Amino acid sequence: MTPIIEVRDVSKSFGGVVANQDVSMTVNSGTITGLIGPNGSGKTTLFNSIVGYHPIDAGSIRFEGEEISRLPVQQIARRGLLRTFQQTRIYGAMNGVENMLISLPHRKMSIWDALKTYTREDYEKADHLLEFVGLYEKRMLKSGDLSFGQQKLLEFAMALMNEPTCLLLDEPTAGINPTLINGLIDRLKRANTEFGITLFVIEHNMRVIMNMAETIYCLAHGELLAQGTPDEIQSDQRVIDAYLGAH
Amino acid sequence: MAKNKIILYALILAFTFVAPFAFPNFGTQLATLWLMITVALTWDMTGGQMGYNSLGNIFFYGTGMYVAALISIGMVYDVGDYTNAAGGGIYKFTDAQYFGGLFLGIIGAGLFCSVTAVVIGYLTFGLRGPYFAIGTLGVAIAAGELVSNWDWVGGGQGIALPVYPGDLDTGKIFFYFLFAAVGVSVFIFVKWLYGTRFGAAINAIRDDEEKADAMGIHTLRYKLYTWAMAAFFVGIAGGISAFQLIHFEPLESAYQTINLGIFMVVCVLLGGKGTLWGPVVGAILFHLFKEITWNYLLGWQWVALGALIVVTVVYFQDGVMGWLMHKRPEWFGIRVEKKVAEAAE
Repeated sequence: MTPIIEVRDVSKSFGGVVANQDVSMTVNSGTITGLIGPNGSGKTTLFNSIVGYHPIDAGSIRFEGEEISRLPVQQIARRGLLRTFQQTRIYGAMNGVENMLISLPHRKMSIWDALKTYTREDYEKADHLLEFVGLYEKRMLKSGDLSFGQQKLLEFAMALMNEPTCLLLDEPTAGINPTLINGLIDRLKRANTEFGITLFVIEHNMRVIMNMAETIYCLAHGELLAQGTPDEIQSDQRVIDAYLGAH
Repeated sequence: MAKNKIILYALILAFTFVAPFAFPNFGTQLATLWLMITVALTWDMTGGQMGYNSLGNIFFYGTGMYVAALISIGMVYDVGDYTNAAGGGIYKFTDAQYFGGLFLGIIGAGLFCSVTAVVIGYLTFGLRGPYFAIGTLGVAIAAGELVSNWDWVGGGQGIALPVYPGDLDTGKIFFYFLFAAVGVSVFIFVKWLYGTRFGAAINAIRDDEEKADAMGIHTLRYKLYTWAMAAFFVGIAGGISAFQLIHFEPLESAYQTINLGIFMVVCVLLGGKGTLWGPVVGAILFHLFKEITWNYLLGWQWVALGALIVVTVVYFQDGVMGWLMHKRPEWFGIRVEKKVAEAAE
């Protein structure tokens, strides 16, 4: 078990609001790790801190052993640490295939590579991944016109196209039709096992996260409340209280 | 489909060659049309394809004029003496000096503008939306004011360049073909560029720059290169204009923010932002509109222009191409498609 993301004593405040207070957690390479907590407990803030969206006030964040807490978003993304957004973000004016092609990894792409057209392999890879998330038939439609759930699936496919080593997913099943959720859990697990991508997932749907994750961290009021296996978390009285609002 | 396209391009190219001879009275207007097409296509590179609405592209046009003029004069005479004489001194240019200065001047103008675009872009690309528009407009206005107070380059009087060494009609055709060559080159260039990964990257910046950052795209690099490419062509167009106009001054003809600086934006909005043909169609329509109102509605021409801008912005935001795309999506490949290969597996 080698750690891929190590968060140590990270604090982040916005004015007087303390969003994260001395949070520490470890995501091991090749695993699926969950992050849960009531609304406003600082989960998305922690994600934003990890991917370099905003500077942290104190602490350290390491990715593959390298300190990344001072790096800008793009440089962290090019190291293979990618995130998806809670409010899905896709390129609305482009169709599905174009969205996929632009998501090809830019980490080794020089300006001369950029002046080339996409190859047949690029298109095949895009089609294959669109098929993987079940969007093949709609791939030529303007993606801004797709439903929210479909956009979410497209965003996930785009993330896979980028060949990340580690993927941070912010509520991947929110807004997705319940019958599709099982399919999505299956795809997330396959992304982990087949493509070898480490997943770090924020999720409110307990059934989903308990099904997928090996380790779960629970935040409340910006502080780490509990950590453990799904079974340990489910039976932890503090977690139950936090979710029921008794904390 | 492909065959139809080839025929279409061949017809346009044929018309380009025949036009100045078929309509000899409209030589200058046709040359200006190609200038409009050039500045509209280059404005759309950042405005339409990358989502950065610059109101300062006219800066490269004016700077191109000055750089081209200074290079061509500087190759033969002392610039300070020349501008000091304000066109009154006896400064002869041989044919070789004229054409040599012209070609080196316009190439130099293009290169110089590219470099300035990188520098100004580095300072202004942190601005988004309306702030970028106003920031770049400020650059163009400031440049006009600075140049008009700089005596070495002729100050407010501007610069008078040598006249085309041949008869006037040949000169008109010569400048027509220079502008046409630049316009055609820009079109071929952007048609190619938008098909590359580079083109996709600037579209990504337009649609969601934060997402593009989060996906690891070198956003600043692409923004700078795109503007530098646009500036290169605008600089060249400005350089040609300097020789075509013979005399130009800083505020009304070089850094003409309220004329060409706005016209190029209107052309693109009219034709359809972010499309390959939109700027071309828009430039043609706008140029026709402008020539007609300036001839038949003189006195009211600015009112008519203002009305056109208001109508376009309020009722016709997607322009001609955007409207077509909405009416005939299948022409643009927007469709639901079943997988054919599935049965084979």
